[in-house]
Amino acid sequence: MGLVLTIQSRPTMAKFGAETWLPSMVSLSLIREIAPVITALICAGKIASSISAELGSMKVTEQIDAMEVSAVNPYKYLVVTRILATTIMVPILVIYADLVGVYGGYIGYNIHGDITMFRYFSDVFEHLEFLDIIPATIKTFFFGFFIGMIGCYKGFNASNGTAGVGIAANSAVVSASLSIFIIDMLAVQITDFFF
Amino acid sequence: MEKKETIIEITNLHKKFGDNEVLKGITLTVYKGENLVILGRSGSGKSVTIKCLVGLVPADEGEIKVFDTDITKLKKTELNTLRVRIGFMFQNGALYDSMSVRQNLTFTLKHHTKDIEKEAIETQINEALENVGLLEAIDKMPADLSGGMRKRIAMARTVIIKPEIILYDEPTSGLDTITAREISELMVSIQKKYQTTSIIITHDMACAKSTSDRILIVKDGVINAEGTYEELEKSDDEWVKSFFI
Repeated sequence: MGLVLTIQSRPTMAKFGAETWLPSMVSLSLIREIAPVITALICAGKIASSISAELGSMKVTEQIDAMEVSAVNPYKYLVVTRILATTIMVPILVIYADLVGVYGGYIGYNIHGDITMFRYFSDVFEHLEFLDIIPATIKTFFFGFFIGMIGCYKGFNASNGTAGVGIAANSAVVSASLSIFIIDMLAVQITDFFF
Repeated sequence: MEKKETIIEITNLHKKFGDNEVLKGITLTVYKGENLVILGRSGSGKSVTIKCLVGLVPADEGEIKVFDTDITKLKKTELNTLRVRIGFMFQNGALYDSMSVRQNLTFTLKHHTKDIEKEAIETQINEALENVGLLEAIDKMPADLSGGMRKRIAMARTVIIKPEIILYDEPTSGLDTITAREISELMVSIQKKYQTTSIIITHDMACAKSTSDRILIVKDGVINAEGTYEELEKSDDEWVKSFFI
């Protein structure tokens, strides 16, 4: 993401003589918006579909019913664990994507230019503030929570056999992706209001 | 004459799914230690009846007394206390397919018996698998098992908690005649060994004959006929007779 963004933005920035702003522009774009949203969308595609398909197939093959009649709370065992996992892991993946993306920006910059790593990262951190990172990271917890919750909800409500499992997985990806855009929009509004 | 102890008593049970009224007033009694077979055509409400019995499907109307407790009035936690005394074997086994056979049994046992020792788990798993003759499948995944083996493992998982009541939902469906007979024999031997009370939902007349103490026939959501296999076989009712052809 960082590499592509740098390569794409460079000609325009160069036109305005603002090439030196490239490291900070790329890192800000990545950390505030692109890395969290793209990572969450990838997770929505991979994790929400996987959770809903797994729980959906458990539902249609009566495995969840079997759990319930064994006096095991399936929500506690199957839902809480998954939501907790996505809520914790999505922010970690986003931080990882931030780091890889910013480093990608450095590689992208050096394809047509020449900058040392120290200079590049000095430029990145010079314009990066604490308030750029915190709200962007907080919203990723919500992304993770909703990805897990929607995946579980769709899986638990799957019906009509294997066809229903496919529908649940598909619907989970669409709903989770949509929820990411809505949460992102709300997060931007709230961040703008307070900061 | 010895008075039979009632374990399950269902009175005027009604259940609707949308506009489709599946149960239209089921009334039945199950006595301690008996194997009750419920026969009926597909969609007649047999499986729904036993699902209502364990609270998987909430009843719309009627009373379901298990061990003298009306389960329709119980809260979730109270219902779970009762559920640990009941085993349920699902039609397709419903084995947890992300777990091995050992894990399937351990999971059920650990949730049923809190603070159980590791050695006790191992002993009980071995005993349950020996009961169904599948000790060698202990580390296999459900996907690696045949239909008959899955049913046997499901039976082991049901029996491992030593339930007082076992509900079988079409235990021999989809099996060849020999495996179906083995499953039927297994049900009888488990009933004798653990003195359980069972309700068996089946279409398989051979299974009904070998396992039943009493048979109920459900038609259009109500009990239509009742008796032993031999009594019903001699019935004059054409519809009842159609099951025995």
